[in-house]
Amino acid sequence: MHNNAAPNSFKVQFELLLSNSVFSIDLDLPNKGVIGIFGESGSGKTTLLRVISGLQSIDNGLIQINNAIWQNNAFHLPIHKRSIGYIFQEASLFPHLNVEKNLAFSQKRAWVNKQSADSTLNQTEIYRLLNIEPLLKKWPHHLSGGERQRVAIARALMINPSVLLMDEPLSALDYFRKQEILSYLDKLKKELQIPILYVSHSSRELARLADYLVVLEKGKVRAQGEINQVLTQTDLPHYLQKDAGVIVSACVIEKDSQWSLQKVSFGDNSDSAELWVHDNDTKLGDYLRVQILAKDISIVLSKPIDSSINNILLSSIVSIQKDNQNMMQIQLRVGKNTLFSTITQRSAKHLQLEVGMKVWAQIKSVALIA
Amino acid sequence: MNQFKLLTLIILTCLSISPSQAHADNALVAVASNFTLTMKKLVTQFHEETPHTLRVSFASSGKFYAQIKNGAPFDLFLSADQLIPTKLLSEGYAVPNTQATYAIGKLALWSSDPNKVDPMGNILKSKTFNKLALANPKLAPYGFAAIETLEKLNLMESTKPLWIQGENIGQTYQFVRTGNADIGFVALSQIQNHQELSTGSMWEVPNDLYSPIKQDLIVLKHGENNAAVQAFLNYLALPKTQKLIQSYGYHTEFN
Amino acid sequence: MLTETDWSTITLTLHLASIVTVLLLIIGIPVAWWLARTTSAFKGIVSALVALPLILPPTVIGFYLLLLLGPNGPVGQFMQWLGLGLLPFTFEGLVVASLFYSLPFVVQPIQNAFESIGSRPLEVAATLRATPWERFFYVALPLAKSGILTAAVLGFAHTVGEFGIVLMIGGNIPEETKVISLQIYDHVEALDYTQAHYLAGIMMLFSFIVLFALYSLPKNRPIRYGA
Repeated sequence: MHNNAAPNSFKVQFELLLSNSVFSIDLDLPNKGVIGIFGESGSGKTTLLRVISGLQSIDNGLIQINNAIWQNNAFHLPIHKRSIGYIFQEASLFPHLNVEKNLAFSQKRAWVNKQSADSTLNQTEIYRLLNIEPLLKKWPHHLSGGERQRVAIARALMINPSVLLMDEPLSALDYFRKQEILSYLDKLKKELQIPILYVSHSSRELARLADYLVVLEKGKVRAQGEINQVLTQTDLPHYLQKDAGVIVSACVIEKDSQWSLQKVSFGDNSDSAELWVHDNDTKLGDYLRVQILAKDISIVLSKPIDSSINNILLSSIVSIQKDNQNMMQIQLRVGKNTLFSTITQRSAKHLQLEVGMKVWAQIKSVALIA
Repeated sequence: MNQFKLLTLIILTCLSISPSQAHADNALVAVASNFTLTMKKLVTQFHEETPHTLRVSFASSGKFYAQIKNGAPFDLFLSADQLIPTKLLSEGYAVPNTQATYAIGKLALWSSDPNKVDPMGNILKSKTFNKLALANPKLAPYGFAAIETLEKLNLMESTKPLWIQGENIGQTYQFVRTGNADIGFVALSQIQNHQELSTGSMWEVPNDLYSPIKQDLIVLKHGENNAAVQAFLNYLALPKTQKLIQSYGYHTEFN
Repeated sequence: MLTETDWSTITLTLHLASIVTVLLLIIGIPVAWWLARTTSAFKGIVSALVALPLILPPTVIGFYLLLLLGPNGPVGQFMQWLGLGLLPFTFEGLVVASLFYSLPFVVQPIQNAFESIGSRPLEVAATLRATPWERFFYVALPLAKSGILTAAVLGFAHTVGEFGIVLMIGGNIPEETKVISLQIYDHVEALDYTQAHYLAGIMMLFSFIVLFALYSLPKNRPIRYGA
């Protein structure tokens, strides 16, 4: 019945009753990139990962990654036969093995590569990416929380998985450890060619890492899609409202050392948009991940000359829609790029906004998230 | 059971042992704990004087009863009473006509304090003792004899509050020996060695105050035709053996 | 100081305790593993059965084992039917009785050790392609190491010190079933307190050294994760 599924796909469908909670999941996921799993606690994020890994068994359903079927109504592949890397909330290193042996436990059992050689990383690359070398001879209880999590990530990678499952890997860490691991994850993401399911209740972490977003609510899929598509839909859950907006990848094209600013450009080369942002020690030509929230864009009809705001872009209105909070969501086009602005109904009425109008988008702040 | 039966048994046994059967044999003997000391001495001498080997196991007669009924490989049983050998015989675990009294226990009132017990046992009336130890009369013949004695002396009511009961005569001895009870009814065999009181003070209870504490032996089915068993029975009947048993504080019927 | 018989009881006791300890671990580890992991309704029944010898007096257990294993008991009849002979009053019988009696002392520390591991390390191992057997041998067993060691020491020490059951099932037969505790009993019954004191002293010293070593062992690394 599911035989017509495309070979390069990642499907997860199941229904499950677990301690009085009903889970009903139907996901069609990309087979690479970071898939953010967002939801409040109890929404089923961890259960989803456990079902995919096989740690939580289900009676029927479908779990299929590329050509491999891990579960269907007639068949259940045991956990240890699923090609996964699982990173738990707390770094669960084996306490009776030192770091080197923890890693060897995984390496010994690593999957022999089934696809192209560059879809996964070799040991040297993993050690370099996560800076493992200095930790090798240490025991888990002598490591800091961040070091433990780095080793746990390395161990999960060394099994050579075709899916990486990360269950709130940063939640047990303090701010600085979080930043440390996030920078490793940024690097990892660029080098890994496998899907990474990243569970988090922090929209900031997901904005930084995720390409694709799944929003779970009470055991059901509330939204799924490209992150910008999900974060700009008008029926966004209230707890994500503050994150409405777009995330773009921007290239550093100019530095202004006098004011500690840098100019970045995003979108189509031929018709790009440019923004001034604060300088964060990047080099010309580097790519930055930039989040422009809808609540940070206001609209003016004529270009202000006496504003403190640096980034004021000429744009045209593509659509005007009322969202589920009775705010007006204005879709703007800057060159070939799309931005969103959220304004009150009164402002929209007052400015007499209409589709096709040329307006100035005042961008109050731009977040450099990676 | 009397001496004639034992003698008959011995004669029959002697006759039945042909030269070919006289070779060295092994026997496993179950012996009531209260006879441990005497038995060890007997066995040492027996081993010196005969080619046979005895292995001896000590426990309470009640345990042996349960074990023999459940297949224990004992050849000969020296009980602390007459009841258990009789029961074993009637239940078919023993060889008929082999039950005989090998020793008669003597009761003594004893204290580990050399000045405590007077030679007439008047201390029982004086009540100048903290506790009176005796063996459980339901389980141990010496306990039953102690009760008979107290009844004859009309001291049941007055001493009862001071009783402490041992599970067997060995435990009763320990109560007194360790000073936890000032005085106690013990077996003379426990406190007498070569006719000498080893320690403390005692009153040997007169025979007419209690019924004889007869200890019977019986050959078990497993030991039928065992040359070592027969040889040991012969050895028990020897006058010097009887003397030895008496020197450990028992009475024997051969006098 | 010690007689030849004393030495033979010591050798016999150590022989018995060693065999019993090995067998206890072979039986106890799987039972403890099952008890630690199962959600079966039989868990309570099995736990209660295993703990039973803790409550019953040894002589009572000995008496019923004697009935059970004897020529008229169901187990005894089954053994005879198999042509294996009877267990009471043999060394093998002592082994069987001691196994039963010492089982809770072995199962409980190991069960606690397995329970304190929790399911996470085993789940991690499963996600790292470890088969159920590998999870058991390479993760659960090493993590339960100190519990298993405690269990082995307790099982050994407990077998060495057993009296009531071995007297009942063994029959106190020299060189076959007469262990140290029975020899001490014989010495006491023979009023030979000096010999009894020697043997009891040796036993005390042995037990003290064993228990001292056990309680002085470095505590296992804390099985905790996270920062």
